[in-house]
Amino acid sequence: MVQALNYLKESASQTAGPYVHIGLAPGAAGFNIYRQELGHDITGPNAKGDRITVTGTVTDGTGAPVKDVLIEVWQANADGVYPGKGQVEDGFRGWGRVIPDFETGTFSFETVKPGTVMGRNNRPMAPHLNLWLVARGINVGLNTRMYFKDEEKANAVDPVLNLIEQAHRRETLIARADGNTYHFDICLQGDGETVFLDV
Amino acid sequence: MTTQELFQRDREWHPPAYSKDYKTSVARSPRKALLSLQNSDSELTGPTFGHNDFDPLDNDLISNYAKNGDPIGERIIVHGRVLDELGRPVPNTLVEIWQANAGGRYRHKKDSYLAPIDPNFGGCGRTLTDNAGRYVFRTVKPGAYPWRNWVNNWRPAHIHVSVFGTAFAQRLITQMYFEGDPLIAKCPIVKTIPDQRAIDQLVAALDLNATMPLDSIAYKFNIVLRGHRSTFFENRPEGN
Repeated sequence: MVQALNYLKESASQTAGPYVHIGLAPGAAGFNIYRQELGHDITGPNAKGDRITVTGTVTDGTGAPVKDVLIEVWQANADGVYPGKGQVEDGFRGWGRVIPDFETGTFSFETVKPGTVMGRNNRPMAPHLNLWLVARGINVGLNTRMYFKDEEKANAVDPVLNLIEQAHRRETLIARADGNTYHFDICLQGDGETVFLDV
Repeated sequence: MTTQELFQRDREWHPPAYSKDYKTSVARSPRKALLSLQNSDSELTGPTFGHNDFDPLDNDLISNYAKNGDPIGERIIVHGRVLDELGRPVPNTLVEIWQANAGGRYRHKKDSYLAPIDPNFGGCGRTLTDNAGRYVFRTVKPGAYPWRNWVNNWRPAHIHVSVFGTAFAQRLITQMYFEGDPLIAKCPIVKTIPDQRAIDQLVAALDLNATMPLDSIAYKFNIVLRGHRSTFFENRPEGN
């Protein structure tokens, strides 16, 4: 026998199911209940930096769009500061919820482009959005990141992108730039499967 | 000593992405290995919420959508604490829940189950934990309902629960089940969890001490988020 460590175990994840919108975005489920739904506005009105639009589709292993996915975004402001970690603009939450069009599966959201964030060992991380995906059929929420194609120099030395052994798979985390719009498709499975992170 | 990174998530405790008997997971499960990351600010920070974001009735599902009376069903209180793996309370964190009504029907434009919508029941609530990590909801007990997986699958009564913690990497969605429900052991979604102890941890206990006599019965459901590691020594630069 040894002494018991007596740690608790993290509650096991369960799928968010097809009706996740009721809880996290009731307007999308078809009814209004709260004075204010959370997650509609990532930046608030005072955010500095480049206003951008991000669009894309999440597809499953058969290539079909995952229309019932819910994506959460977490990001730093244009100075590379996360709320809670330093001073950010008044009203900048850095967090939002994204729901695709139920008919097409295409999502679109607006935010500001984040700045470079200091990573471990004082190695800068290229600008990126942190994404978390939940849906029916996803047993544990999936973490990934979205980087920006027009940040090639920063991406080339990004410590996370460089951890991806198969260099061609780094591209799955880099959004295509088209002016102020970035296209970012997420593939859950198969050829072109997005790199997901165990954080 | 500083607290910082999170305990590694125990992937043998959580369900695997691919669970053949939960059919929707088959095409929606990544097949390549996840890339393991040591935590940076991107994972260790997370959104915060304040009381201004909410209304006082947001945690009372019996009244927060009532139009001309109370919802149908067994009146219940669901209460508990949000803790980390060190047993410490997680205060001021957002807990959101959603559920079917007493007949097993969701108020969602994609749910077409024949059980009726309850005009007085929305089916969602939210609250912040207090300084001791406590939360409470009042609602009606959700009904079991059939779903398409095999031809004859029934979900046990359950409430979906979403929790934040302080770090984005603590983000968790799970489901709460009810003590004594025989459908728990039959459910392919429950059984995606490989460890019976992890399943038991998702079953809320009947808590007669927390009932409101002659009004509402109560269940207690604690939620555990990942704990933070302590750094005892800082005498070695991290190699990378």
